[in-house]
Amino acid sequence: MEFLIITSIKLALILFVFMTTLAYLQWVERKVIAHVQVRMGPSRVGPHGLLQPLADVIKLITKEGVLPPHVNTFYYLAAPFLSVFFALISISIIPFGTGVEIPAFHMGGATYGPYKTMFELADANMGILLVLAISSMGVYGIALAGWSSNNKYALMGGLRSSAQMISYELPMSLAIAAPLLSIGSLNLRQISDAQAGYSLGVIPHWAIFAFPAPQFFSFIIFMIAAFAETNRIPFDLPEAENELVAGFHVEYSSMTFASFFMAEYANMVTVCSIATLLFLGGWQPLWPAAYGSNFVAPLIFAGAGAICMLHGMNPARPFDRITLPVFGVIFFGLAGLMAFPPTVPILMPMFWFLGKVGFLLFVFIWIRATLPRFRYDQLMGFAWKFLFPVALANLLITGFLVALVS
Amino acid sequence: MDLFFFLLFAFIAVACAVSVVLQKHPISCALSLVGTMASLAVLYLLLGAEFIAMVQVIVYAGAIMVLFVFVIMLLNAGEESSKGRSWIAKIAGLPALAALLGILGYAMLTFYPMVGPKASLVHFGDFTGGGAKEIGTALFTEYLLPFEVTSILILIAILGAIVLARKEID
Repeated sequence: MEFLIITSIKLALILFVFMTTLAYLQWVERKVIAHVQVRMGPSRVGPHGLLQPLADVIKLITKEGVLPPHVNTFYYLAAPFLSVFFALISISIIPFGTGVEIPAFHMGGATYGPYKTMFELADANMGILLVLAISSMGVYGIALAGWSSNNKYALMGGLRSSAQMISYELPMSLAIAAPLLSIGSLNLRQISDAQAGYSLGVIPHWAIFAFPAPQFFSFIIFMIAAFAETNRIPFDLPEAENELVAGFHVEYSSMTFASFFMAEYANMVTVCSIATLLFLGGWQPLWPAAYGSNFVAPLIFAGAGAICMLHGMNPARPFDRITLPVFGVIFFGLAGLMAFPPTVPILMPMFWFLGKVGFLLFVFIWIRATLPRFRYDQLMGFAWKFLFPVALANLLITGFLVALVS
Repeated sequence: MDLFFFLLFAFIAVACAVSVVLQKHPISCALSLVGTMASLAVLYLLLGAEFIAMVQVIVYAGAIMVLFVFVIMLLNAGEESSKGRSWIAKIAGLPALAALLGILGYAMLTFYPMVGPKASLVHFGDFTGGGAKEIGTALFTEYLLPFEVTSILILIAILGAIVLARKEID
């Protein structure tokens, strides 16, 4: 019973935070790309366009969902559902912090607790394989969407997507296998815990810096394959708009259309979380707490609060006089929470984990703003002729080094 | 709880398997097969074979069935027509199926008593040797020869595929 209640609370929290993140990722993406291209980006709805995601969601929900007459109705409607289902389900096994312990407390004459819970919904023994399995199932949503639309462009998109996902799954799995050789566990929590500690006192034991075989190349291979698996530029061939109109989702409208975007962003978050857990040490800080890594978060948030306050004093727009101080107070509150000793062991791992995931997400958006799209034969040739052999060689060398040391 | 999930997913597996045969459209057949594979993976998981369950999903439901769907989409195969079945199949189909199931069931119960009603009951959670470590140890010690033979077989299949594909290019 207690398990059910705690899980429901966690489920509601994670769902709320995750959905909001997905909506705001769209805003961040538009803003970052705009600034890369020396534009303003969304700026009309709310201060700095901050309410744009809300407006988008309302627009998409209230739009008419058109059901074209020539589609295979069942699969046409099932495809976006499948996409979102497989994209959201893998977030349930991502541990995004160490966990939280609530000591026993009295309320209304009864004693509750002590409660102790991990941050992830399910602590799966085969976590990393489960993520691979779910992501390998995720291709059905896109393939079916392309096929059931009964449209040449959509079909081409679906075909490209399934071929691309199968091809890039191989280098991705090989890149995942290499760090696992020295870590020796498939459980995401244990993988992150295994990367704790520092060599020479400062260099973290993250897989990309690990001693016998630094996994730098696996990290790069994993990220390249991740771009292909999430259908992002430079590998967004399934929806290449100047060849295929919009690819697999050309016949979709309103919420069914939006659900493909939701699935794409959810997959991005999942892939970045996996990269963080496997290669960047999960929630292990960049340098030891003895050298003050615990003060990074309060300083960053206090700095953000100070900047907000400063701009609030000297507003560029009429509303900034109200909104910026509010944000400043929120940031100061967060900074205080991060420096408050009882919450530090809960919030610090979360800060480092989410910070790394956020950085990787920024890299995804940055690359989208920078690189042009590949040609389709280049994409396939790159996967099979370059990425796969390199990943294989990397796995062999890692295995050799790990065997040599142990 | 375990029994409930076992019955549920066993039912889904059988229903999807029947659907593979009965569906008219190749895509529906392929997706029903995906359903069977996925529910088999859940059954493995219930029996404690975690690694096999995950590999079942990754390899069968993920990779192989995606290839099936890919080929069906590429050929744009339409609905199969129900005409043109011989009258023998129409008359003797169901009785022959029943007879085959009967013979298979009898043979299994006779030659493999461990699966019959006299066998000791399977308890969920008894088997714990399903992790990656145990599987790896078993593969590289006890089953080394079958493992190596299988890898050679796969190598031959890859070579065969390359030879067949090259003929098309020349």
